[in-house]
Amino acid sequence: MSVTVLLALTLSLPLLGAVLIAMSNGKPNQRETVTLLTAVALFATVVALTPKVLAGERPYLELLDILPGVALAFRIEPLGMLFALVASFLWIVNSIYSIGYMRGNKERHQTRFYVCFAAALWATMGVAFSANLLTLFIFYEALTISTYPLVTHQGNEAAIRGGRTYLGILLTTSIGVMLPAIILTAYLVGTLDFRAGGILAGKVSPEMGGLLLFLFMYGTGKAALMPIHRWLPAAMVAPTPVSALLHAVAVVKAGVFVVVKLIVYTFGIDYLAKLTNTDWLLYISGATILIASTIALSADNLKRRLAYSTVSQLSYVIMAAAILAPISAVGAAMHIAAHAFGKITLFFAAGSIYTASHKTEVSQLNGIGRRMPWTMGAFAIGALSMIGVPPTAGFVSKWYILLGALDAQSTVAIVVIVVSTLLNAAYFLPVIYAAFFRKPPEGDEHKHGEAPLPIVIALCITAAGTIVLFFLPDIPLALARAMAGVGG
Amino acid sequence: MIEAHLPALQVVLPLLAAPLCVVLRNGTAAWALTLATSWAALAVAVALLVKVLADGPISYELGNWLAPWGIEYKIDAVNAFILVVVAAIGAIVVPYAYASVRAEIEEERIYLFYCMYLLTLTGLLGIVITGDAFNIFVFLEISSLSTYVLVGLGRDRRALTAAYQYLIMGTIGATFILIGIGLLYMMTGTLNIADLAKRVPPLAGNRTVLAAFGFITVGASLKLALFPLHHWLPNAYAYAPSTVSAFLAGTATKVSLYILIRFIFTVFGASFAFKTLPLDIVLSVLAVLAMFVSSTVAIFQRDIKRLLAYSSIAQIGYMILGISFASVTGVAASLLHIFNHALMKGGLFLALGCVMLRLGSVRIEDMHGLGRTMPVTMAAFVIGGLSLIGIPLTAGFISKWYLVLAALESGRWYFAVLIVLSSLLAVIYVWRIIEVAYFRPAPRSEAAEPVREAPASMLIPMWVLIGANIYFGVETSASVGVARQAAAMLLGSGP
Repeated sequence: MSVTVLLALTLSLPLLGAVLIAMSNGKPNQRETVTLLTAVALFATVVALTPKVLAGERPYLELLDILPGVALAFRIEPLGMLFALVASFLWIVNSIYSIGYMRGNKERHQTRFYVCFAAALWATMGVAFSANLLTLFIFYEALTISTYPLVTHQGNEAAIRGGRTYLGILLTTSIGVMLPAIILTAYLVGTLDFRAGGILAGKVSPEMGGLLLFLFMYGTGKAALMPIHRWLPAAMVAPTPVSALLHAVAVVKAGVFVVVKLIVYTFGIDYLAKLTNTDWLLYISGATILIASTIALSADNLKRRLAYSTVSQLSYVIMAAAILAPISAVGAAMHIAAHAFGKITLFFAAGSIYTASHKTEVSQLNGIGRRMPWTMGAFAIGALSMIGVPPTAGFVSKWYILLGALDAQSTVAIVVIVVSTLLNAAYFLPVIYAAFFRKPPEGDEHKHGEAPLPIVIALCITAAGTIVLFFLPDIPLALARAMAGVGG
Repeated sequence: MIEAHLPALQVVLPLLAAPLCVVLRNGTAAWALTLATSWAALAVAVALLVKVLADGPISYELGNWLAPWGIEYKIDAVNAFILVVVAAIGAIVVPYAYASVRAEIEEERIYLFYCMYLLTLTGLLGIVITGDAFNIFVFLEISSLSTYVLVGLGRDRRALTAAYQYLIMGTIGATFILIGIGLLYMMTGTLNIADLAKRVPPLAGNRTVLAAFGFITVGASLKLALFPLHHWLPNAYAYAPSTVSAFLAGTATKVSLYILIRFIFTVFGASFAFKTLPLDIVLSVLAVLAMFVSSTVAIFQRDIKRLLAYSSIAQIGYMILGISFASVTGVAASLLHIFNHALMKGGLFLALGCVMLRLGSVRIEDMHGLGRTMPVTMAAFVIGGLSLIGIPLTAGFISKWYLVLAALESGRWYFAVLIVLSSLLAVIYVWRIIEVAYFRPAPRSEAAEPVREAPASMLIPMWVLIGANIYFGVETSASVGVARQAAAMLLGSGP
C-alpha cells in the first residue's frame, strides 16, 4: 500500500471505529470487540508507516483548502510519528483496561464512553500528523471537545464542575491566545506550514518572535504550564481509564507535542536561540516542575498526586525544548514517550486499587502491596520511571535532557532537574514503602485480591513497556534524532 | 427574454404572490404558494449572482425609464451576495414554517401570516436590489410594516408590545433615513445611487451633506440594532413566532447593514466617512461595546430566544467592527459574517422553534434533559452554538479568522484581542444551555405525554442550515471569494 493510503487510513480508522461502536449500542461484547479491533488496526497502520518515515519519506495528504493557501493537510514527520506510535499502542492497552474497569465498576453510558474514546484518538492522530498550524488547531480543538463527555462521564455535580474548568481553560487558552497567535503568524509570515528549521527566520522581528512564543506557549493550555494547569487536576473526576489515556497520553501529550513541534518546526531552534527574550520559558517551566512536585508531595488523594506529577513532568518536556540545544530536543521527544508509558502505568494502578478496594487516598494504602502484588509492582516500576532510575524509560529521556542542559551550560535547568528528582522520589517512594512494608490497618474487614484480569494484564504490559524502552530505545530515539536533526 | 428581466422578477414574484394569499383564504394553499414563490426567488437570486460574477454589474431600468430619472435596479457583487443570503433564508424557512406556524398561530390567521411573510421578503429583497435611494425607503417601509405584523402574531400577548416598540423605533429609523435622502436630493437633485456617488463626494465639506450623512447613519444604525440603539430587538425576537425569529435574525438586520454599507462606501465614499469624519472610531467603539455588553447580558438570560437575540446584537458588533477597519479584508470579513451569521442564527432559532413546538417554552429551566428527549434538535443546537463561538470547521471560525486578520492588517492589534475575548463570552452562554440539556435529568412528573422529536418537516430545514454551517466552514472558496470581490469593489473606484 502506498504511504498516502496508509496515512489516510490512520485518520479514517478511528472515525470508522467510532461509528461502528455507536452502532453496537446495547451489545457490549460486539462493542468492545470493535474497539479492540480498531485499536489494533490503527496501531498496525502506524507501525507500517514507521520504517518509511525512518527512511526519510514524508507522506503528504492534502484534503481541501480551508482558507486561501492554508489547506487541511497532513504530513508525517518523525516527531508526529513517535507521538502517533505511542498513542495508538497505548490505546490498545487502554481498551483492554477499560473493559475490565468499566465492567468492574458497572459504569453507565459505556457506548458513549467508547465512541468518545475513538473520536479522541482520531483527533490525536490529526494533531500528530497535521502539516500546518491550522490543521493542528482544528484537531486540537476536536480533541478538547471529544474528551469533554469523557471528563464529565459521571454526570454528577462534581463532574460538571470539573468539566467546566476543563473546557473553560482549554477553550479560553486555545481560542483566546493560540488562535490569535496563529492568525498573527499567517499575517506576518504568509504560511502556516511546519518546515524543518522553522518559518519565522528572516520574516519576524525578534520582539514579535518573543511575543509569538509567549502566545503559543500560553495558548497551548494542554501543556499545563503554570498558572494554566488547573484543568488537569480538575479533569481527574473522570473515570480512571480516561485519566490514564487522555491525561497521561493523548491530551497532555498533545499539549507538549504541540510545544515541541512549534519550537522545532515553526520557530526553529536556531531562530529562538538568537532571541534574547526567551529565557522566561526556561524559568517558568522550571518553576512549574518544582511547584507542581511540591503540591504532589502534599496531596493525599492518589489521582491528585498523579495529576500534579503529570503537570511537573509535562514541564520537563517544555524545559527540555526551551534549553534550545538539539540534544535536549531529543530528550524532549523521548520524554513524551517515556512519561506516557510510566504515567499510564501509575494511573492504571490507581484505577486498579479503586476497582478492587475502593481506596482513593495514599494514606489508606498501607500493606496493599501484599494483596495486589502485580498492581503495586507495576506502580513501583512506573514510579521509578518518573524519578528517572534505570532500568526504566524515564532514565533515558532525563539523560538526554541533562546532556542538553550541560551542553547549553544552563545552570537553572541542571538545578531544577536535580531538585525535582529528589522531590519525585519523596512523593513516590513512601507510597511504595507503605504498600509493601507497612502492616495493613487493624480491622480492615474488606477482603479483596487483585483487580479483574484485563486490568492486571494492561498494567503489566505498560510496566513492561517502561522497561523495554530502557533496553531498546532505538526506534523512538531514531525518530527523535531525525526530528532534531542530530546524527545517530 | 426571461433572463433579461430577472432583476424585476426578484421583487415582483413575492409582491404578486402576497395578495394572492389573501385571495386563497386557506392556510395550506397559502403555504404552498409561499413555498413555490420563495424558492423561485432563491433561484432568481442565485442566477443573478452567477451572472454578476461572470459578466459584471447588471443595470435594469424599470419600465424602460432611463437611469437618473427612472428607477434603476443595479446589481453588483455586493447586493447579489446579500440577495442570495436573504432569499436563501427566506426559502429554507418556509418548509419549516408549515408545522411551526400551525402550532403557534390561530388557524384562521395563517393565510395572513404567509401574506405578510411574502411582503416582508419583497421589501427586504427590494431594498437590496434597487439602485434608487428613495426606492430603498419605500421597500424599507414595506418590509417594516409587514414585519410589525409578523412579530405581533406571536402567541404571547407581550408580542403586541414588542411589535409596538419595534414599530416606534423602526419608524424613527426609517424617517431618519428618509430625511437623509431628502437632504441629499436637495443638494444634488438626484435619487439614483450611482448618480449620487458621482455628485456627493465633491460636496464633501457641505453642511447639508454632513447632516444627511448623520441622519442616514443613525437611521440605519437604529434599523440594524447597533448598540445602544438595539432595545427593540430582544423583545421582537423573543415574542415573535419561532419561524419569524429565525427569518428576521437571518435577514432583517443584515439588510439594514447593507443600507449602511451602501451609503458609506458607495454614496459618501470611504475617505469622507473615515478620513474627513471619524466614523471609524465611533463605529469601532460602539461595536466593541455591543460585543461585550450584549454578550454579557446574554449570559444572564433565562429565555433562550432572548439570549440569542442579545447574542445577535453582539454579532452585529462584529460586522460593524469589520466595516470600521475600512479595508478590503475588514469589509470582506463583515460581509462574510453577514452570511455566516445568517446561517448560524437561522439554524439556532429553527432549533428553538422545534423546542417551542414540543415544550411550549424555550426557558432554560424547561430544557432540562432535552439532549436525550430531542437528540436530533439538540445536536443541531450544539453545532450551531459551536459555530457561534467560532470553533474551527464551522462557518463562525472563518468569520473570526478574517476579522482578526483585518484587525492585525490595520495595525490595531488590540481589536484582535477584543474580538477573541468577546467570543469567549459566547462559550459561556452557549455552554450554559448545553449543560442543562445534557446533564440535567429530564423532568418526570408530566409523564402523560413524553417529549418527542420534532417532525421531519422542521428537522430537515434546520439541518440544512446547520449543515451549511459546516460546509461553509470547510469549503470557503465560494463565500470568501464573493465577499472579497464585493469588498474590493466597494473600496475600489466605486461602481
